[in-house]
This record gives sequence, C-alpha cells and structure tokens, in this order.
Amino acid sequence: MALYSDKVMDHFTHPRNVGIIENADGVGEVGNAKCGDIMKIYLKIENQVISDVKFETFGCGSAIASSSMATEMIKGKPVAEALELTNRAVAEALDGLPAHKLHCSVLAEEAVKNAVRDYYERYGIPYDKSCFPDCENCAHCH
Amino acid sequence: MRIYADNAATTKMSRQAIEAMLPYMETHFGNPSSLYTLGQEAAEALDAARGRIAARLGCEPREIYFTSGGSEADNQAILSAAAIGARRGKRHIISTAFEHHAVLHTLEKLKKEGYEITLLDVHENGLITAEQVAEAIRDDTCLVTVMYANNEIGTIQPTREIGAVCRARGVLFHTDAVQAVGHLPVDVRQEQIDLLSLSAHKFHGPKGVGALYARRGIPLTSLIEGGAQERGKRAGTENVPGIMGMAAALDEACVKMEADAAYVMGLREQLIEGLAKIPHSALNGDREKRLPGNVSFCFEGIEGESLLLLLDQKGIAASSGSACTSGSLDPSHVLLAIGRVHDVAHGSLRLTLNAENTPEEVQEIITAVEEVVTYLRKISPVWRDLENGKRQYIL
Repeated sequence: MALYSDKVMDHFTHPRNVGIIENADGVGEVGNAKCGDIMKIYLKIENQVISDVKFETFGCGSAIASSSMATEMIKGKPVAEALELTNRAVAEALDGLPAHKLHCSVLAEEAVKNAVRDYYERYGIPYDKSCFPDCENCAHCH
Repeated sequence: MRIYADNAATTKMSRQAIEAMLPYMETHFGNPSSLYTLGQEAAEALDAARGRIAARLGCEPREIYFTSGGSEADNQAILSAAAIGARRGKRHIISTAFEHHAVLHTLEKLKKEGYEITLLDVHENGLITAEQVAEAIRDDTCLVTVMYANNEIGTIQPTREIGAVCRARGVLFHTDAVQAVGHLPVDVRQEQIDLLSLSAHKFHGPKGVGALYARRGIPLTSLIEGGAQERGKRAGTENVPGIMGMAAALDEACVKMEADAAYVMGLREQLIEGLAKIPHSALNGDREKRLPGNVSFCFEGIEGESLLLLLDQKGIAASSGSACTSGSLDPSHVLLAIGRVHDVAHGSLRLTLNAENTPEEVQEIITAVEEVVTYLRKISPVWRDLENGKRQYIL
C-alpha cells in the first residue's frame, strides 16, 4: 500500500489555492522551520464570508495536501463555519492520513483559526478566545 | 523512465549473484549440518563462500561469521567487545555522533548498563581524525567503533590511521563497513581492524545476509542461542543461498571495483556540479573523501519529503534525511552532527549512484531536482521570507 491516499497525492501534486493575497483581511501562520513545517493561510472576507483563500506551505506531502484541502473546505463559507473546521474533517476529506502525519491536519486547522482570529483582531470584532488554539504550546514542536 | 539513485539504501541484485543462489534453493538445498551427501555438499559450498569472502577482506576464513546483515553484525561486534571489556573492568567506548542507528542504539543500551560512551565530533566536513581517537582513549577504553564510510553523506573515515592508534594502545577497533565493502578496497590486516560489519545487499547481493569479521582470538558473545552453527557464535541454519549470493556479489564487485569507481565518480562530479548551481544549496560532507557514488545536498526553504515525492512522480528514486522521512520530529542525526541547523537539514536530498546509471540519467536528475526545488520554494512561506529579507539565508 502506498504511504498516501490518492486524494492526498492529488492535493499534494496539484494543490488548490496556492499563493498569497495582497491586502488580506486575515493571515494565519503556524508551525516553525525547526520542526519542518510552516503553514500560512491568507483570507479575503466580504460580508462575513470567505470570498477568497490562499496558502503557502513549507513541509512534507501531507502538510501541503492538508493545507490545500483545508482551503477548499472553507472557501465561500461564512467565517463562523470556517471556525468549525476540525483536523479530523480535513484528514477524512483526504481519505485519511498515516498516523504519524495526523499533526499536519492539526496544523491546517490551526492555521485557518489563526487567520480568522487575525481577521477579528484587525477589525476589532469581539470573539471567544477559548475557541483558538495556542500553537506555541502545542505538543508538536515540544 | 525510472532512474534508481538510492543505492546506499539497497542495490539491484547482480545476475551473477542470482545465478549463484538458485542451485542452493533448487538442487543443493540440503542443510549444511546434515551428515548425508546433500547436506555435506551445502557445507562445502558454505566453506568455499567463507573462504572467498575472507580472501576479499584479507583475513582467514575462520574469522568470518555469517549474520542476517549489517545491523546484527554491528550489534554482535559491539556487545562482544563490551563484554570483553567488562571482564577486565573496562567500560568506556569511543564512537562518533553520526554512526548508523545499529551502532548508536546498541551504545545507548550499553550506556544504560553502566558503560561510558564518548561520541567524537565529526566536524563540518563529516570526518574525524586519528588524533581525536588517540586523545579520547583512556585506560578503561575497551572499544573504538567508527564507521568506514557514512551512509548519508558518504564521507570516508581514516580507518587505517585509527586502526594503528587502537592497535598501539591495545584497544579493540570495530568498523561498520556496510557502505564500504564492495565499493572501496578494504583490508582488515593492513588497516588493523579487529571487528568489521558488512551487508550483502549494499553491493548487489541479496537482502537479509551479511557477515561479521572478528580477528582470531576475539571471543564473540552469541546474540542467538541454539545450534552450533558459526562455531557456536550464531545459532540457526545458515542462509546458504543468501551466503552464496553474497560471495558471488562480492567477488564481482571487487573485480569491477576500480573501473566502476572511476566511472561512478565521474557521474558524481557531474551531479554535484549540476546541483551546486541551484542557489542556496550546499553539498553535505567532504568534497574529496567521499564514496564514489554519494551526493548529499541541502536546499534551503524546502522540506525533503515533498522533494522526494515529487522526484518519485518524475520517476526518480532518492532519499532524504528530513524529519518526515525519518519518522521522528528531528531531521537526520548525521546532518545535525555535521552542524546543519534543523531548518536546513529538513531540506536534504541524498542521491547514491552506481555503475548502471548514465550521464544522461544524471542530467535528467539535475533538471528534475531544479524544477522541483523551484516549485516547492514558490509555495514555501519560508522561501518568501528569505527572499523578502525577513529571514536570513543560512546557505
């Protein structure tokens, strides 16, 4: 059996929404180069809806595929709905990830949430801080 | 088109080695321990193979012990030397920070049992010196274990000089020569090696078979108890077909060694020159003192696993020391040992060539690596930060 599902390979070799958004309404970056993966997600938001999303990823195949899938899952969705995105949903949409690669889907979830939080902060929109993970303290890099 | 450039991981079996094995599966399938003719024929073949392998290493047939491969040979060599040391109250072992895990994990086990381990610095070029060994040897040192050539960055250690130092100081010297045997001229007498590990599948022999050379008079500790095979030091019916294949592969490799090494070094130079043109890249390990077919690079701003997967899509089989390929969060201990920082070590690529590769294939590899590195950098936030000056280039 191959390491990755066809879905993962498809999103890895043909990633959707790659790039950056100039004047993004929210930007989220998680991970660090020391650990070997960094994800950066850019959001364009109009009327509380994610009208455009782009990503850049430094990382392995599953990290790139997870970010690609996560951007597809939130594009065109209301911001509140994007906040409900879970790592499990990203992994399932990719037809599964190997156990030692599940953290890549966690990073994708956190990158999306960080981008939304950044959007809230920029526009002074009140939000529930408990909804957001604290990437610096997650187990992945420690 | 498929290009195989991962010969340090394993090699394709040679036709001669396969042909040498087949009779010992089909017609001469006897157990060498059996008394009837069929068994004794197998025993004779085994003796002949032992003699041929010994001749290639410059030792006596009785100094060769067949094992399941390089890892078993490393384990047995180190544990045996440690047991000998303990009997004399010597529990200090010297090694290097970039040994194969078969050595490092065995040393870690000994450390838990109370042995003291000194790991020598391998410097930026991936080489240690005999002087370092001489300085590290103490009255209670029982073993020096230094690999002949490194499996990831291909650097060739000064084995002969280390052997001389160890012999003069009365300390056993083991070398993990898994990457060297069949590729470099190895002579255990001239190089004053006491224990040496080798593995057949690294020189076009079969997988699952290897050997431990132990100088006469060095008592080995058994890792596997049972029958009296291998002079009582390695129980279990001998892998006769595998051993026949190993002997044939080693003979062939040694006969072709000089010509193959010269040809493969040409390919290596072509590949190094081509990859060095990629900006913000660096060769890992010494430029000169490296295995004929080894090319190891780091590319800044990208991660090695995605590089490998995309090369695979282009039909190129290679390897990396990135964390994602090692199954841990840390990149290769070898790259960290030569001072590569994590950020850069994640972006490593190892290409190991052999005589079946061609200059056209090497050119294809260069083009493919350039394309993939450029693509991955384009989607990498790290590369963007480097380009924008938000992060400093390391390479």
